[in-house]
Amino acid sequence: MENSSELTPSGYIGHHLSNNELHLDFLGEGPFMTLHLDSFVMAVILGIFSMGLIWLVARKASAGIPTKTQAFVELIFGFIDNQVGNIFHGNRHSFIAPAALTVFIWVLMMNAMDFLPIDVMAKFYGMLGLYEWKAVPTSDVNTTFGLALGVWFLMIYFGIKVKGMGGWLHEIFCAPFGASVWVWPANFLFNLIEYVSKPLSHSLRLFGNMYAGEVIFLLLGLWAATGVSGIIFGSILGAGWAIFHILIVVLQAYIFMMLTVVYLSMAHEGH
Amino acid sequence: MNINFTMIAQAIAFAILIWFTVKFIWPPLLNAIEKRQKEIADGLAAAQEGKLSLEVAAKKNAETLNEVKQKGAEIVSQAEKRASEIVEQAKKVAKDEGDRIIASAKSEIDQEINRAKEELRGQISTLAIQGAEKILDKEIDKTVHADMLTKLAKDL
Repeated sequence: MENSSELTPSGYIGHHLSNNELHLDFLGEGPFMTLHLDSFVMAVILGIFSMGLIWLVARKASAGIPTKTQAFVELIFGFIDNQVGNIFHGNRHSFIAPAALTVFIWVLMMNAMDFLPIDVMAKFYGMLGLYEWKAVPTSDVNTTFGLALGVWFLMIYFGIKVKGMGGWLHEIFCAPFGASVWVWPANFLFNLIEYVSKPLSHSLRLFGNMYAGEVIFLLLGLWAATGVSGIIFGSILGAGWAIFHILIVVLQAYIFMMLTVVYLSMAHEGH
Repeated sequence: MNINFTMIAQAIAFAILIWFTVKFIWPPLLNAIEKRQKEIADGLAAAQEGKLSLEVAAKKNAETLNEVKQKGAEIVSQAEKRASEIVEQAKKVAKDEGDRIIASAKSEIDQEINRAKEELRGQISTLAIQGAEKILDKEIDKTVHADMLTKLAKDL
């Protein structure tokens, strides 16, 4: 496939934006039973790597004078704890704060894969025998949707756990317009839209930012292939976009984490 | 770009990672940090307490020092008083002793004088008799004139 597609611009972009697909025939037929091996493997490796490093430090965390590594981990810990504490006023240590730490670190690591130069990495993956390998899991809508889906289920779980099944159903039918039977449909419609829009905006914001960032890198790469001036401008603008992308990568990880905390704390509070 | 099983796989991976963090990462970090916070707070409180007790001790020290100084001054003045008393007493004793010695010396001298007088009296009577013998150029009967001689000696 790479032989024919790398010669045209659309082939180049298509090549870099297509996932390495694994068809899960044992689960059944159809296009849904496909696994994007690149997104999944990269996400799992990054998750194990980043959380494993933190775990190695946390395992031997001493209450005395911390080592420099521990101080760094505690810096992240304090940042997350602070952010969550500002939004959520219950016992954040039992679940929400550690979940926020996971989301922030994991999404940050997955976003940071965008810093790897795509064509150099494509050569490297090619040497490993992987000809279609998209290294940024968050530029795959399945990853962001999977995360948002997890948060969505947690939202419903905490809503039911805190308010009880009755209280949660009452809220769905009686908020925000009131408890009158005549406004039940309006209330339900409103809450339905809210419950649908939350995971959609949550996941698509992250996906859109990372995907767009990758596309711009690809376009600059295309320009660099047109000649000497292309190389010069492509390099300069590529460097500029990479520097700007540092901000986007961290910012989007932060926004994703904050929205997770906001949604989960909203599930704890009544309307 | 299509929704497929990857989404579910990622959600499962997400759940496992969250579980791992909740179970193994957050508690030890939280424990360590809270323990350190408590230790620092305790340390600060102990330092404050130490400072207070130091102040109290310094105050007490000054008080004790003052007391001791006062007592010392008292003792010194008492000692001075006692010393002057002793000196006075010694002076008195010495004076009395001196007086006594002088008195006894006087009486001894008186005695000596009397004795010398007696002796002289005896000698003078003898001398007078001898002189009278020489003058009379003859022996005077001592027994005859004894009364007269004794009277003479007494008059001397």
